[in-house]
Formats: sequence, structure tokens, C-alpha cells
Amino acid sequence: MTYNINEKGYYGEFGGAYIPEMLYPNVEELRQNYLKVMKEPSFQKEFNLLLKDYVGRPSPLYFAKRLSEKYNTKIYLKREDLNHTGAHKINNTIGQILMAQRLGKKRIIAETGAGQHGVATATVCALMGLECIVYMGEIDIARQAPNVARMKMLGATVISAKSGSKTLKDATNEAIRDWINNPVDTHYIIGSVVGPHPYPDMVARFQSVVSKEIQWQLKEHEDKTKPDYVVACVGGGSNAAGAFYHFLEDTEVKLIAVEAAGHGVDSGESAATSVLGKEGIIHGSKTLLMQTNDGQITEPYSISAGLDYPGVGPMHAHLYKSGRAEFMSITDDQAMTAGLELCKLEGIIPAIESSHALAIFEQKKFKPEDVVVLSLSGRGDKDLNTYINYYKL
Amino acid sequence: MNRINKKLNENKKLLSIYFTAGYPNLDDTVSIIQNLEKSGVDMIEIGLPFSDPLADGPTIQASSTQALINGMTTEALFKQLKDIRKTVNIPLIIMGYFNPILQYGVEAFCKKCSETGIDGLIIPDLPVNVYNEQYKPIFEKYDLINVFLITPQTSIERIHFIDSISNGFIYMVSSASVTGSSSGFGEEQINYFKRIANMNLKNPQIIGFGISDHNSFTQATTYAKGAIIGSAFIKHLSNNGVKDTADFPNAILNQLT
Ligand SMILES: Cc1ncc(COP(=O)(O)O)c(C=O)c1O
Repeated sequence: MTYNINEKGYYGEFGGAYIPEMLYPNVEELRQNYLKVMKEPSFQKEFNLLLKDYVGRPSPLYFAKRLSEKYNTKIYLKREDLNHTGAHKINNTIGQILMAQRLGKKRIIAETGAGQHGVATATVCALMGLECIVYMGEIDIARQAPNVARMKMLGATVISAKSGSKTLKDATNEAIRDWINNPVDTHYIIGSVVGPHPYPDMVARFQSVVSKEIQWQLKEHEDKTKPDYVVACVGGGSNAAGAFYHFLEDTEVKLIAVEAAGHGVDSGESAATSVLGKEGIIHGSKTLLMQTNDGQITEPYSISAGLDYPGVGPMHAHLYKSGRAEFMSITDDQAMTAGLELCKLEGIIPAIESSHALAIFEQKKFKPEDVVVLSLSGRGDKDLNTYINYYKL
Repeated sequence: MNRINKKLNENKKLLSIYFTAGYPNLDDTVSIIQNLEKSGVDMIEIGLPFSDPLADGPTIQASSTQALINGMTTEALFKQLKDIRKTVNIPLIIMGYFNPILQYGVEAFCKKCSETGIDGLIIPDLPVNVYNEQYKPIFEKYDLINVFLITPQTSIERIHFIDSISNGFIYMVSSASVTGSSSGFGEEQINYFKRIANMNLKNPQIIGFGISDHNSFTQATTYAKGAIIGSAFIKHLSNNGVKDTADFPNAILNQLT
């Protein structure tokens, strides 16, 4: 069995491009060109140089000594939080902006939930001097004001998505509608490993630099190139896809995907798609998604805006269905506790998304000799308000 | 012969109307269909509402949201339409997104359509190749015509391919847009209409998106077999309710109102 994409754009039974005909030319243009463009030496050179000098890669692989002592195992943190703009999201937006340039596009659109991907997109558009329009749910605009301001400072236009539930899924719908209305000059930078083929594969490849670095960095620490476990939180699944990528086919490396349980998987307020979802179509991809029996997409809930998505990328649907990855779900409270613990033990304030991954050490026992690499996908600056309200700071 | 094919053989330009089932009120479906037929509409697209209608603009989105709030479901729609063929003769098409149909079960859905007297389906996010490779035999078994879309960006080869697997009409999207965009056609669109008309496709074309009044209807049907109106009719329903349904097609078909 393979865990990567096949030539038809599917991971097992998941993936594909379930899109209206209006989008076909855009998506087809991308499908026909993405691998070719990514393999061009000039693309590789520019991409790697920007990752190094602009993003600040490689991100450190840090042995978290005190955290490891507490849980009696060897925990390494892959420090995506130290990237420019504060999360892994920029690995993808750098790749996609270069792709858009190669395809001759002049106008960039994106969706954002918490605003991290919106900021990462606005950043690369400023860098390249391209017009940038970010769709964001009306509710998210209200609760993520600092990121809205950052996008504006970077020159982006933020458009409020007022349809449906006015959050990430609706912002994604609006971005797709914009693309339908602007089929020639516009590139849509999707923020995770979701959407129609080739997006999940393209985004996974841009994020795969994370596991590539883990391979050689681990050797410097441990005299081995593969960990026993790789752990990452999953919203749409891009930081997990990047951290898993080069270990997908090596089943000696165990993969753990951590979803947001919100107030609890059975509370009716959760975003644990693998547990609560069923197979269906969302944003052009056949995958697992939260929906009613009638096939209407439902609203997820998590304290973390970046995990608040009713679907999951098709790669992860396949990792779940095939049993290749273990899926765990972590509640708001468990994540907030783990986030504060990392502050106290390691002097690192994590994004609440990443805190979900950190919280598994209270749930699952590892052996003392196990090497566990955890994707610390982002820093907590954007979440200060949530931390302040939660801990009455 | 399928009612759609019979209708397409008639020597006239066709007016097709779209509305969202369950809007403005849950139980308006049957009376809207009956009123439209009485006022000379040739074909009806019954919209099965979806929470995330990607190809639709604000008007149809809002009607779908309201229909779902009103309690519309796939099962409820089939229940409402159970006896529709006792009173209505014109072709009826269900237009819906793929996920609700997938959850119902594609075969179960097609079977139910056929029992109800539905003649065809428009599923904008079911791609042509997936239909062709996986679902075509099911649609054929239940004598359902699946209608595909083309746009000004669709390549000539792809139009020929779509023509080859269609057996009713081709839904010609008038411009690169979601539903409910501005009305009236410019030179670029007229050239596109002419270009397609000159391709001599085996399936007739019906133009949709951006048609809202007598003028745009007349313009579109100069180049195609018919035209489909959606958002403008939904707006009419929002403003006037169901009782004056007939005023809308009357205004489209006759210049004087
Ligand atoms: C810091 C951080 N981690 C994780 C995520 C979740 O996205 P993904 O699952 O694509 O990595 C987000 C999304 O906004 C994020 O900002």
C-alpha cells in the first residue's frame, strides 16, 4: 500500500477534484504544470533561497529536555514557530507565490480562519508586489483583529465572508467563488492540504521541507535518521503532512495526528473530523467531513481557530482509514493546560493549535528510549487574547 | 422518450426556470411548479438546497440557507413531489450539489428520481470524468439525463467530449461567474454564443447565468435553443411571494406586462 498520492489524484479512495466546470480550466492548468514547475532548477533555487534567507530555515530541531524529563521519553520540537510570520504556513505560501508567478498570474486570493494563512499570503504578496485579497469569515474578523490589522499593513484587502456560518468554511467558499469569477489572471493560494487535486499534493510537497530537515537534524542529535513517532496537530492537515511526508512509507515511524475535540467529542461542539466525520465532498475533495445525515456540512468548534475546519485533507482521511496514523483528539482544556506547561518548562509560548499536539503526553505513555518528534507548528502571539481570557492573566 | 428530449424537439425557444425547493416556504414547491407550467414555462429546475453552494451567488445562497432553515431535506423534497406527475407534464430537473446525493446514495437517488417522474439532473460539482467512469450506467438505467456545463473558458476539445457524452442539452454558462451576476450581454459574450452555435454540436444548448428579463432572454435565445433563469426568479419570489408566480414568466415571455 502507498500512503502518498496516485497518478489520478487520490490517496486511496480520497481526493480527486469535485469542482464545477467553471473551475476546471484553472485547476487543470495547475494540475498540468505544478510538478513540472516545481522541478525546474530555477524554481528550486529561488524557493530554497527564500526559505533560508526570508523564512529563516532550517527551523531548529530542539531537544526539549525538561519536557522530556517530565514525560520520561525523548521529545524533540520542530520549531516551525520560529519561522517568519510565526508558523509553518509560510512554507506553502512561498512555494505558491512562486508557482503563481511562473503561471503568469497577477492577482492572488486566499481564505483564512485565524488569519495565520492570510498573513502568510499577504506577506509573500508584498514580497513579490502582487495584489492580494483575503477572504475571512465575518465572525473570525471580529475575533482575530490583530491579524486583520497585520494583513492590512501588508497591503492586502480583507473581504468579510458573510454567507453561511461566517467562518473558515465560508471564507473558503467565497475564495472559490472569486476564482470562478476571475478565471484568467488569478491564483488561489489554499492554506492547507485541502481542496481539489492538485492542491493537497502541491501543499504537502511545499511543506515536506519539514520532514526533510527532521531526517538530517535528528542524525546530529541521535545518530539515527528516523524518529519512533512524529506528532502533529491537524486542522486541514498541512503541518502534519509536512512533518509526516518523508516518513509516510516507512511504517517503522509511527504517525500521530491530533485533532481538536473542542468541548469534547460527544459535546456537539467539536472539530474531531476523523471521529465525527463521514465520507463526502467538501471544497472539491472527497474526504472525511462533518455533516448531517442529509449531507449538509456542519459547523465545527474548537478554541483554536486554526483547527476549526469541518473537513480534513484527503491524505489524512486515507491515513485514518488505512490505520497508518493514529488519530487522537484533545479538548480545549487539555490543550490550554499543555500550552501553559510548555511556557513554564521550556520558555516557549506555543500556538493553541500546536498545544493540542503537546497535550497527548498526558494521554499516551511513551517508552524512555522513544524518540518523539513533535511539530510545533506556530507561536502563541496570535493567541494571547485567548490565553488572557482563559487564564484571566 | 425522455420528456426533456421531447421538449427539445419542439420547434420553439425554451424558457427554463430554476427555483430553490423549500423557499420561500417549505411547502411552496408543488404550487410553484404548477404555476410556472400554467404560465408557459417549458422546463423547471428544482434546486435541492445545500449548505455550501460553491457555484452560486448571494441570491441563491440565501434562498438555500432559508430553505434549509425551513426544514427542506432530500427526503422531504421527494415526499412533496410524490404526486407531481398527476398534475404536471413539463420536464423536471433536479439541480443539486453532489454531497447530499452521495449521502442519499447515488443509485437510491436516481431510482427515487425516476419513480417521482424527474427527467434529468444537474450536479455542478460532479465532474464529467467521474460521471463517465463511475455513474453513467446508473443514470442510464433510470433514464435520467445528466446535464453538463460549459463556460467561455471551456476548450474546444472538451466541448466536443462533453457533447459526446451528453444526451439532452448542454448548459451554457454565459460568462465566467457564479449565478446571479449582472444582466445583459456584451460583445464578448455574444461572440462566445456565436462561436458555440457554429460548432454544430449534437446536443442543443441552453444558456444560463445572468439572464433576468425579457431582453436578456431574447438575446440568449437568438443563439441557443433556450435560456434558464434562476436568481431573478428567486428575487421575484422574495419580493412578491408565491401567489403572483405567473407574473414572472409572463414578463419574460411577453414584452408588455
Ligand atoms: C499554528 C498553526 N498550526 C496548525 C494549523 C492548522 O492547519 P494545518 O492542519 O493545515 O497545519 C494552523 C492553521 O491556521 C496554525 O496557524
